Amino acid sequence: MQKQNKTNSGTTDRKNPLKPSERMKIPRHLPIEQDADIRITNFGEVSEGFDNQLALEEAKRCLECKNPVCVAGCPVGINIPEFIKLIYEKDYQGALNKIRESNYLPAICGRVCPQENLCEIVCLLGKKREPVAIGKLERFVADYERAYGTFTPPPKAAPKNQKVAVVGSGPGGLTVAAELAKLGYQVTIFEALHEPGGVLIYGIPEFRLPKHIVKEEVDRVKALGVEVKTNVIIGRTITIDELFDELGYQAVYLGTGAGSPNFMNIPGENLSGVYSASELLTRVNLMKAYKFPEYDTPLKIGKRVAVIGGGDVAMDAVRTSKRIGPEHAILLYRRSREEMPARVEEVHHAEEEGIEFHFLTNPLKIHGDENGWVKAIECQKMRLGEPDEKGRRRPIPIENSNFIIDVDTVVVAIGQSPNPIIQQTTPGLETTRWGTIIVDEKGATSREGIFAGGDIARGGATVIQAVADGKLAARSIDEYLSQLREEKKQVPEESAI
Amino acid sequence: MFKILKKEALAPTLSKFVIEAPFIARKRKAGNFVIVRATETGERIPLTIVDSDNESGTITLIIQAIGKTTNIMVGMNEGEYFLDVVGPLGHPTPVDYYGTVVCVGGGVGTAEVYPIAKALKDSGNTVLGIIGARSKDLVILENEMSAVCDELIITTDDGSYGQKGFVTDALKDIMKKNKELQGIYAIGPIPMMRAVAETTRADKIKTYVSLNPIMMDGTGMCGACRVTVNGEMKFACVDGPEFDAHIVDFDELIARNKTYEDLEKSSLQNFIQESECQVQDAKTE
Repeated sequence: MQKQNKTNSGTTDRKNPLKPSERMKIPRHLPIEQDADIRITNFGEVSEGFDNQLALEEAKRCLECKNPVCVAGCPVGINIPEFIKLIYEKDYQGALNKIRESNYLPAICGRVCPQENLCEIVCLLGKKREPVAIGKLERFVADYERAYGTFTPPPKAAPKNQKVAVVGSGPGGLTVAAELAKLGYQVTIFEALHEPGGVLIYGIPEFRLPKHIVKEEVDRVKALGVEVKTNVIIGRTITIDELFDELGYQAVYLGTGAGSPNFMNIPGENLSGVYSASELLTRVNLMKAYKFPEYDTPLKIGKRVAVIGGGDVAMDAVRTSKRIGPEHAILLYRRSREEMPARVEEVHHAEEEGIEFHFLTNPLKIHGDENGWVKAIECQKMRLGEPDEKGRRRPIPIENSNFIIDVDTVVVAIGQSPNPIIQQTTPGLETTRWGTIIVDEKGATSREGIFAGGDIARGGATVIQAVADGKLAARSIDEYLSQLREEKKQVPEESAI
Repeated sequence: MFKILKKEALAPTLSKFVIEAPFIARKRKAGNFVIVRATETGERIPLTIVDSDNESGTITLIIQAIGKTTNIMVGMNEGEYFLDVVGPLGHPTPVDYYGTVVCVGGGVGTAEVYPIAKALKDSGNTVLGIIGARSKDLVILENEMSAVCDELIITTDDGSYGQKGFVTDALKDIMKKNKELQGIYAIGPIPMMRAVAETTRADKIKTYVSLNPIMMDGTGMCGACRVTVNGEMKFACVDGPEFDAHIVDFDELIARNKTYEDLEKSSLQNFIQESECQVQDAKTE
């Protein structure tokens, strides 16, 4: 990556000289990637993204639409044509600053955001050709800033003497904290685990999102004056009411995610060798079990691993397992490829890495040996029926189609539910029957001063949705706290009368 | 960072630590536990909070050196710091006035049953205590337990101290003498807890055990600690750690706890060898 000085000289540089028809002829550029047969032997990042040259060439492809539909496709409304234009002008830091106006976590979102279903799916270029690689461009400028250490914290408003507690340091919590710190509030993030980052640290694997990237993004939030307290479980170490009544916080944001693993409730799920995806990923990502015995936390992946599920977490789990070195890493999904909720890019990477996909396959029972270890998984063949309410075709069992796959490790990746600790310890906080916290269109919960967003309110969503919810909640919290300031101003006047 | 204010060796592989942790101290109740990650490369280890002092902001832990991580922890000294301590975790033991109760501690489990015995005594119960150990030098917290128990029986497997035999022998004697037992609290090795459960099952005396499955985060996030209780899947960290002993699937717990046995052994052996080499190197220098 070459450092570029901002080029403001002359207007000829600034304008993309290519006609739209010429731009459309340039094929989409592919990122630099580790070869599949090499990357399955390490935990290094799969994609190295774009270098300067690729980024510049890709930026040329943007049609600079007058009515940019990509911006509407972005949950946080990043001014995409503008930042791409700045890349074209070689003002990489300017491009990143432009993104950061809308999203404080570009190094993370440039890597894990499902752009193919958001900004890129609506890109006009994609109607006839392939869309602009918006995600890879976002990542490029974030990596550029990282490589040259050019980050400077954005300006902050004058300090407001009001404290906000953010519970959970995942993408939502980090966003709320950054937005409110910029507005001058004193923000403290409370994190239950020993490292901040939430799902970005314990869930998403190193090969998709290196942990040093998360650490640096957290550091940029801290650079705004945000305090991060790890090892604090809100609801246990400190309750929400204590935050308000004893510790002087005036608003609380709940971004605790969906961290409680679901199981299938089939026989054999408690055999040794059966993991939840959360356990597998946390052992590897947070506890560094892949470096055992240098790190003390162990992990046992046998010769034949079956991962159950079809979402991003299932992909992360099966690809993580593969890197530990089994002979076979198998994915079992009860619908077909088309219904898989996982990102296309991840499915593609998984295939390249030799993951064996078994579609229309529904696990019924896990068989164990005499020592209580997994030895096989019994499945049933499925066929697709009518679409359900979400439009996904429903899987229907085919009778007498049971068959057995020999495996010694099973990973259950069928989804996560909200952790109930805060709901159980906060009187008056209303929840749904699924345990998610009920919020209104502003992110406000049933309790005054408490806001929530991301997976704890939605059940299961994406990193970028958590960021979007965080931005919305930050605006609502600012509104709420401004109102409190106004009321406080008025009180002495009233009492004077 | 959590400072070790005091350390005291209780038995050859067993030490008591007083740790500075004011937020945990003010919340902790009998039956709660913490997760400790002592060093950067260490495992997250669940430990029952043996005692706490709100005024000095401290908690007391008793740690037995079993694997590599716990050996490193037991080797740490006053003035040093545990990197991470989080809690209080788990449901506290429901404590009320019940009448006459029995608190049974086996081995290091005595450290875990002691705070429950203390809380039950404070609530006016008649507390009968049993401490079991393999031999005399492994008997811990005798003074503390006798201070909160109306009667205390000590059993050792080899008869080197107290009564020769198992805790269940002592428990049977108590059951013969006391027809009105309102609850049994048994904490120790799984075979001991299961034996206690079998001893009280026929008489249907309420019996509680604190389970010690493999655990990682301790907040309900990983599901490693899942146990079967009354045919249902429970997470010991958030649904427990205390359960009705008569409906716990002990066989499954024993099998699951063996998951990493071989890796843990090899890791510990490596560690011991490396430590010995370092000692050798230091000597030759």
